[in-house]
This record gives sequence, C-alpha cells and structure tokens, in this order.
Amino acid sequence: MTGAPIVKAEQLARHYAIGRGFLAPPLLVRAVDGVSFTLAAGETLAVVGESGCGKSTLARLVTMIEAPSSGRLMIDGIDVVNASHADRRKLRSEVQIVFQDPYGSLNPRQRIGSILEEPLKINRPDLTSRDRRDAAIAMMARVGLRPEHYERYPHMFSGGQRQRIAIARALMLKPRILVLDEPVSALDLSVQAQVLNILVDLQVEFGLAYLFISHGLSVVRHMADRVMVMYLGRPVEYGSRDAIFGTPRHPYTRALLSAAPVADPGRQKERIHLEGELPSPINPPSGCAFHPRCPLAFEPCPVQRPELERKGNVDVACFAINNDGRTGGVPAVA
Amino acid sequence: MPLLVIENLTVEFAGARSSFRAVEGVSLTVDPREVLAIVGESGSGKSVAMLAVMGLLPWTAKVTADRLAFDGTDLLGLSRGHRRRIIGKDMAMIFQEPMSSLNPCFTVGFQIGESLKMHLGLGREARRDRTIALLTAVGISDPERRLRAFPHQLSGGMNQRVMIAMALSCAPKLVIADEPTTALDVTIQAQILDLLLELQRETAMALVLITHDMGVVAETAERVAVFYAGQKVEVQDVRSLFSNPHHPYTAALLAALPERAIGRRLPSIGGVVPGQYDRPSGCLFSPRCRFATDLCVATMPPVQPKELGFALCHYPLRNGIPTAHPGLVVEATH
Repeated sequence: MTGAPIVKAEQLARHYAIGRGFLAPPLLVRAVDGVSFTLAAGETLAVVGESGCGKSTLARLVTMIEAPSSGRLMIDGIDVVNASHADRRKLRSEVQIVFQDPYGSLNPRQRIGSILEEPLKINRPDLTSRDRRDAAIAMMARVGLRPEHYERYPHMFSGGQRQRIAIARALMLKPRILVLDEPVSALDLSVQAQVLNILVDLQVEFGLAYLFISHGLSVVRHMADRVMVMYLGRPVEYGSRDAIFGTPRHPYTRALLSAAPVADPGRQKERIHLEGELPSPINPPSGCAFHPRCPLAFEPCPVQRPELERKGNVDVACFAINNDGRTGGVPAVA
Repeated sequence: MPLLVIENLTVEFAGARSSFRAVEGVSLTVDPREVLAIVGESGSGKSVAMLAVMGLLPWTAKVTADRLAFDGTDLLGLSRGHRRRIIGKDMAMIFQEPMSSLNPCFTVGFQIGESLKMHLGLGREARRDRTIALLTAVGISDPERRLRAFPHQLSGGMNQRVMIAMALSCAPKLVIADEPTTALDVTIQAQILDLLLELQRETAMALVLITHDMGVVAETAERVAVFYAGQKVEVQDVRSLFSNPHHPYTAALLAALPERAIGRRLPSIGGVVPGQYDRPSGCLFSPRCRFATDLCVATMPPVQPKELGFALCHYPLRNGIPTAHPGLVVEATH
C-alpha cells in the first residue's frame, strides 16, 4: 500500500534563539535537529517521545506553520523552503493538522457550519455557498455528526465530538497529508476508540498519509506502519512498527516501552529504570544526549554523538548496538 | 475491619434550575494496607466521591450518605476543627497537577513543614530534619538545597515527589492519589508509580488510586472499582476484573483498549456518557449497552452478589455471556 513518498524530509532542523538580555549572546535551542523520514500515501508514520523531544515542533514544520532552520522538506516533489508563494499556498491545502486539545482548537464563537466552511471560503472561491454547505454536511456525516449539528456552537459538544469536528475541518480541502498531533490524548477510552476507528476508515477511503504524533504507545502500536522514536530533538530509532515494538534496540526505546503501563495484570515485566529527569533542551548533555541516563553508556558516549545508522532491520543512533542489531559489549569505535 | 467505609454516598451540586447528581448511591470499603484503584471516564464521579470523603468539596455540594467512616470516626457529623486534625494527618491526598497544587509563593520545604507543624507540633529543627528525611525518601537528590526551592524551580516529576512527601509527612493510614501521574511523561510516570507502591509497602498505608488508565490499574492495583456516570458499577480483584468482567461497561471498556485489538478497527462503545439532562431512567449504561432490554431501560438494576463483582446490572456477564438474559438483544442506539 505504500507508493512513492509524498513527504520527504532530509536532515530537518528547527532551532530557536533565546535572548538572554543585553550583550549576552542568545542561546540556541535545537528543538528539532537532523530528522529525516519519508511518508507515502496511505501510510502512517508515528513519532513518539516525551515532552521536549521535538515532536510537536516537527508537526509545525511539516504543516509549514514554521520554516525549518536547515535541512530540506519536500512535499509532493516541491521544496517547501524555496517554493514560490503560489506553490506554497497550494501545498498548504495539501497538508492539514488536527490538534490535541479539541477545547482549544475550535473557535467558541463560530458555528460548526462556518468552522467547516471557512477553509473552502478561502481556498475555493469558485464554490457557491450552497456547494459549501453541501460539502460541510457531507463531511459531517462522514465523521459521524448529524446534519442538525451544523447550526450549533462548539461548547454544545463533548470532547469526542469536537475532535470529530476538528478532523472534519482538516479534511474539508481534501488534503493528502494529515498531521495528527496527539489526536486522542485528551479523550476518554471509550471515545478514543471511536475516533481511532474514524481515522482508520478515512485513511483507507481517501488514501491519506498520516504523521501521527503521540506519547500513548498502545495507540501508536495500533495505528502506525512505521515509528520514529525521538529524544531531545533527535531521532534515536526509526523502523517498522513490528521491529520497534517487537525488538527495540536503542536503550531509550527499550526503557520507554518498558515504562509504559500495559493493561494486563498477569504479565510479569522487567521494568528498565531510567535514572533522573529529562535534561533541558536548552543545555543538552554532550555527545549522545541520552548518555547520563543510559544503562549501556561507555567511553565514546559522552564525547561523540552517534549517527542514525542501519543496524539489523532498523535505524539506530547508538554506539552500544552492533551492526547486526544486537547489543554489543564494548565495540571498537572508529 | 475496613479503614474507610462508604455506604450509599450521594453528592449533588445545586444548579440554578435543577441539581446535578455527580455521585449516586456509591458504597465502597477500603481495607488497611490495600491498593484500591478507582477507574472511570471523565465525569464518572470518581474524584468527587473521594473529595467528599476528604471534605474538600465546595459549599454548593450536598453530600449525603448512610455512613461515612474513617478508622472508626464518623466523617459526616464531624466538626470542622476535628476534621482538620484528621485530614492531612491520617488521611492525605495527592492531586493530579503538582504545579498548580503547590503554592507558588512558598518554598517546598516550608510547605512540607507546615503540616508537620500543624499536626505533629514539631519545632523548627525537628521539622527541618524530618523534611530532609522525607525528600530523601521520595528520591529527591540534594534535599538540603531543594528545601529552599520554589515549585517553579522544579520539574513536574520533582513537584509530584514533593506532593507525595507532603502527603506522607504525618505517616497517614490512607492516601488518596487522584490521577497522580496523568500530567507526567511515561518514564517519569513509571518512577512515580513505583515510588508510591514502594512507600505504600514500607509504611503499611492504604492507597486509593484514582485513574482512567487501564494500564496503570493493571500494574498497581490489588482491587478495582469501576465507576460510570456517578455510580459504582463493579468491584473486583484486578486479575479477575481483567479476565472476567461482570458488568457490560467494564467488558466494553476493556475491549476498546488498543492493545487488545485484533483487527484494525476497535470495538468502540457508541454514544457518550449521559450528562445532566439526558440521564436515562433505568440503567445509566443502557443506551450504550449491547445487551440492554426493555427492563434495563425502565428499571434501575440491582446490585449483584459478591461473586458477580457487585455488578450493577440486570444481566451480569459470566465469561462474556449475560446471565438470565431473555435473548432479546436490543441494538444499542448510536
């Protein structure tokens, strides 16, 4: 089901300068640094990681809310950074986003109908108001909302229904790429299942490419085709869902998976304890950013940063993993 | 003898026209040294029920119960002064948002010392020593320095450790933790849950864990109470709850977990939790229940015996099959 990639990111980076006052040089926060991936139609790439790992910044880059500081982002074969104004305008309707908090992402003073029609009003001036209304009602039916909801305001809906509205709004322009930034984290379990089912159905129906950003590992395991694990702005492991969840290689991935609670009381599990807290992205540790918390850390880790390399069937950025994907003792470092 | 006895607890909030029943007829006991999880979706009344026990509800709430007793003391007829001597000493609470539960104007050390002064009457030196011991016990490094830190200078995980230290300061018999890890990252969540369980074993206190995360329930609880729309619908030991749920709501909730999914689509529960104005007259789950009959729609279900998990259901499930069901399965209205 995967064809030619429609999103291609190469060494994508986004740095923020933080002013420290008069005369002091600004600090550089590397929110996203050196992220490469491809995404094809009908495919789901999940990005997982803890707060501060840069996953939401990545979402902002792919949706063109922010421009990358360096690196290349190709959407539909067009380089986003150097694209003309007209091209970029066209690309913006190809990429849409669904935000985490459905309470904050819908304008409380707009009716559902006008929320859904606004993208059409701006990008499809050829449509009559009648066409827009029909399109909005058809999309509402598609995500499980009733036609009478057209006239209502967001406060009259539950969290799950609001997230359906947000999904419907994102799909109004028939995009090909949907960025889902924690789409079900704010929802209750029974409603979460409804929304996930809608997302699965829509992906098949419209051949959508999903960039699925989440910290809920069970949701990611259910939804993703491929998974990228990030730590402090950098990818540490990237591979197919089955490889990442079946045989995680990177010590951070392993710790993350072992820390996630599993709804099975009979299961005996080995929990890998990570010492300490997440370091601040303002002042990340030297070398491999994970080394102060890593159980496998050895001499090169604090000095040199491991690159993401193919090891076994996944890409891993770790010195302690041998080229066949197995955990090595202390490998010789070139 | 149970430590906490709740019999037929009802909490109503007075509104302008009608009152809203947040908790309805809940009976529950907590034994000394046990870990009880209360699980339910938002609006299920799980937090309100425990806030009523703590006496922390605002004056708009009307709390009625046949019996509400903690360690032999009747909590209903308690004077405010007497209540203040129990709350925070023998019975303590840990809240969800550590950042907003701590007072930003005072140092962490002062805030922990406050309860030591009020309840134990310790002097300045003794307070300082005890606070340092507590911070060490909850795994905060360099406690002498952290005493002088303000909450905004600590991370979310650190603040939650401070909250735990505060709750444990007077060696309580019961600690109620209301979603203690929801605001935290996965690896920090694992640290905090392990810490809570370790301290629970060491100090032989009872722990009530309010959560919506089935994974957290499975990994921490000994006994589980399931709440739905203000009612307690089932209580069971954790293993049997997960393997053989007796209430259709529990069964549907477990089936909706992504990690239990068999195909791409999740078996979701249609509809939403009933609100203030659309409360059904019979069983509150009947509009969403696969097995609901006319009887369920019309009459409040009875409480089943202990071997059926005290399920609040006309046709409690046994290995997934409803008992004494007439076979007439009304399709749940969507």
